[in-house]
Amino acid sequence: MDMPGQANRLSRWFNRKGWSDLIVGLPYVWLVVLFLVPFLIVVAMSVASRAPSAPPFAFGGDYPWINLEGYQRLFTDDLYIRAFLTSLSNAFVAMIFCLLIGYPMALGLTRVSPSARSILLMLVILPFWTSFLLRVYAWMGLMGKNSWFNHLLTDAYNLMTPASWALKSLPMMYSNFAVVLVMVYTYLPFMILPLYASLERLDPTLDEAAMDLGTRPFGVFWDVTLPQSIPGIIAGGLLVFIPAAGELVIPTLVGDAGSPMIGRVIADEFNAVRDWPMASAVSVALLVLMVVPMMVYSHYQAKAGGPK
Amino acid sequence: MNRRPLFLITVLCFGFAFFYIPILSMMVYSFNASRLATVWGGFSTKWYVSLFSNEQIGAALLLSLQIALISATFATILGTMAGIALARFQKFRGRVLFSGLVSAPLIMPEVITGISLLIFFILLGELIGWPGQRGFTTITLAHITFSMVFVTTIVQSRLIQADRSIEEAAMDLGSRPWQVLKDVTLPVIFPAILSGWLLAFTISLDDVVITAFTTGPGSTTLPLLIWSKVKLGVTPDINALASLTVLVVGIGVALAGWILNRAEKRRAADERLAYQANQ
Amino acid sequence: MTETAPFIRIEGVSKSFGSFQAVQDVSLTIAKGEIFSLLGGSGCGKTTLLRMLAGFEEPTAGRIFIDGQDMAGVPPYSRPVHMMFQSYALFPHMSVEKNVGYGLKHEAMTKAQRADRVREMLELVQLTPYAARKPHQISGGQRQRVALARALARQPKLLLLDEPLAALDKKLREHTQFELMSIQERTGVTFIVVTHDQEEAMTLSDRIAVMDKGQVKQVGSPTEIYEFPTSRFVAGFIGSITAFDATITGIADGLALAEVKAFGTTITARATPGLSPGQQVTLAIRPEKLTISQIRPESGNVIAGEVKDLAYFGKDSLYRVTLPSGELVSVHAVNAQRGDAAVRAPGWYDKVWLSFDPPSAILLTE
Repeated sequence: MDMPGQANRLSRWFNRKGWSDLIVGLPYVWLVVLFLVPFLIVVAMSVASRAPSAPPFAFGGDYPWINLEGYQRLFTDDLYIRAFLTSLSNAFVAMIFCLLIGYPMALGLTRVSPSARSILLMLVILPFWTSFLLRVYAWMGLMGKNSWFNHLLTDAYNLMTPASWALKSLPMMYSNFAVVLVMVYTYLPFMILPLYASLERLDPTLDEAAMDLGTRPFGVFWDVTLPQSIPGIIAGGLLVFIPAAGELVIPTLVGDAGSPMIGRVIADEFNAVRDWPMASAVSVALLVLMVVPMMVYSHYQAKAGGPK
Repeated sequence: MNRRPLFLITVLCFGFAFFYIPILSMMVYSFNASRLATVWGGFSTKWYVSLFSNEQIGAALLLSLQIALISATFATILGTMAGIALARFQKFRGRVLFSGLVSAPLIMPEVITGISLLIFFILLGELIGWPGQRGFTTITLAHITFSMVFVTTIVQSRLIQADRSIEEAAMDLGSRPWQVLKDVTLPVIFPAILSGWLLAFTISLDDVVITAFTTGPGSTTLPLLIWSKVKLGVTPDINALASLTVLVVGIGVALAGWILNRAEKRRAADERLAYQANQ
Repeated sequence: MTETAPFIRIEGVSKSFGSFQAVQDVSLTIAKGEIFSLLGGSGCGKTTLLRMLAGFEEPTAGRIFIDGQDMAGVPPYSRPVHMMFQSYALFPHMSVEKNVGYGLKHEAMTKAQRADRVREMLELVQLTPYAARKPHQISGGQRQRVALARALARQPKLLLLDEPLAALDKKLREHTQFELMSIQERTGVTFIVVTHDQEEAMTLSDRIAVMDKGQVKQVGSPTEIYEFPTSRFVAGFIGSITAFDATITGIADGLALAEVKAFGTTITARATPGLSPGQQVTLAIRPEKLTISQIRPESGNVIAGEVKDLAYFGKDSLYRVTLPSGELVSVHAVNAQRGDAAVRAPGWYDKVWLSFDPPSAILLTE
């Protein structure tokens, strides 16, 4: 076909339907190829067998070619169950503390004067934009045996306890305590910012109406503010809980190597042990565990962020 | 009327102390003359000096910036498209799957994404011969994939809030839908797109886990370099690097805030002038 | 029956926000059981005054007494005052019942007594079948009634209403007006209404305070405000008015003679006290007070004119008449008689005579 004719057809296609197909199609294809397919491969890998080849996996000899041994080991081998429990409990505790600290902070942000508020919001956003790794590192500095922070706390501890309990330094590093503390530290902005956004959207005349009818400020918070912020609380909480459960960096740097979290187990199986099928099986198990929280999250995130 | 209860102010103070004491402590110790990062040995700027002459760090920084620049740009383009698709097109084939694909990476643990991409690249290499060596390209592809969804979230929510009537007016005046997009919609949501780009840039610059899995020999990004050093413990040159980062980001955030504030003030002043002129 | 101290006393109250004075030295007294309106345009200070009564703002100067009690420093939750908010402010997560009963938990009542009171209130506003619904499940007019019931449930001494009819459509507005008045009569609660709508104020209130720029311009019954405005602002704010410049030529017996350039004659009209010959004043006259006819009237103030425009509404007509000076005046005539060939109503470009009784117009200084 001649060139002008072809160009014409292209332009007509573009104008009518082509442009929207492009807009949907390009990101769709990208995500399918680079996200969905790799994910499906992991699922497939979880039922393969380990093999001394490169890459170190193979689908076993006879029908049905799948090996469910990996999933079996999840339940029989102590390591995995403990790792899941550690991860879930650490993530849960971190979530609770993020809520306990983050909610009052977000609420406080809605109550200060507008000029103070923009500065304070910048101060909350600043850690958010700073390197996550470096923020973990900052706490490593404080928790170390010889840091001024540790010395301070140890002295305070020694003051308050009998002499026989005295310590040279508080053992903060390489423990679940350290993991939870650092997770709270790094995930806190993720809790504060969405909570602040949804609290800010609440109607202040409702507070006035409650006060007008006889309720004191704390009662107003309990009766009016809190019930309305529940979707935001749930969404924010899950936004912390779900990624925290699968954390790798924080447990590796400050965690107890003896009781690893599931993220670390996955990485170890993959890198150190070179057991790809097992790593995949653990990953799939983690995702299955997270499916229900993920769905609850999308439901409440829509409620919290949706228009009134 | 008591709208600023003492309790909330106290929590705010503690909260900010919690945020900043570690950072400030780190910044102070970056001037520590002693090598023992946690014991003060006198004031010195030698760690900053060694930082600037460290070739390894320079190369890693350059690599990270290149990857971040490219991946942020592509992630913004793709993410904006996805945001437009979800916010403006009501029904299309596979919409449910699409919105699932767009929300999953947001909360999926990075280690799983990392493993899946690594396996994918290795198998792909076996199958079609590419990628032969993992490195710059694979890292960039991975970064684009998981940061585009953040852009989508921002753009999508901005589009939902945007005023549809100006788009309808444009169509009424004869523009085809894609022209409306180009001439009216995109310019109006430009600030959201820009903040999406910034977010994607920061995410890419900062990423450790996914980069660790999709990298290859010779491609060490700055986070990977820091990661390997930090696993060995606290060192003062990292203190210096971290302090510089905080400073740069702090200036950036303050600048952005100041610019936004000025623009807002100017807009309010213009509105006031117009109102008075009409009295 | 002798009047004891007024129920609500606002004494010399002022409120400034920084350099901006929202309310300037306002003093009002309001009787028990009255419906009192604060009427004015936006920015006149009426809402600020209302919020000071409710306790959400403290006066910068002056004092407020409710039933003899000084309200200085008393927070909103401790005042015997409740408010019906302009946006209704219903709690979205509570049902109609729970909304109405919300304030009752601060009263010493048993659970059964509270339930009875809620039922009573729902009956008062005719919302009993909707008790279990949530605010987003009922209409705007119904939401307003919930807000009203909620504010009245605790039987306050004073009920504040912030633009109660503003969000309602015309039909609903008329209906609600009468409902409010009947509820007020039944409960005997003192109402203070804030509104920018003069019709609303006129129909609802026992007395009105017209406000402008933080000050009270005039206080009186609707009739007093309408018929006897004491300033050009008040005259122009309520109903329509046409104003003309005039010079006083003589005074006698509460009436004054004034030369009005626009009319080309001297007229007699009611005068506010304190006028003297030679003074420049404003003649204010309402359209319905002018009579229009093609036959020259025998007595009263007579002005010649020509019909420039007319709008026929069926039951009445509005004429725009050109005066000798070229200025225009509006005349409102009720079409009380059927059109008759001999007494034809004035039409376009007809020469007509306008007349009014001396007491029907006033000469104002402000």
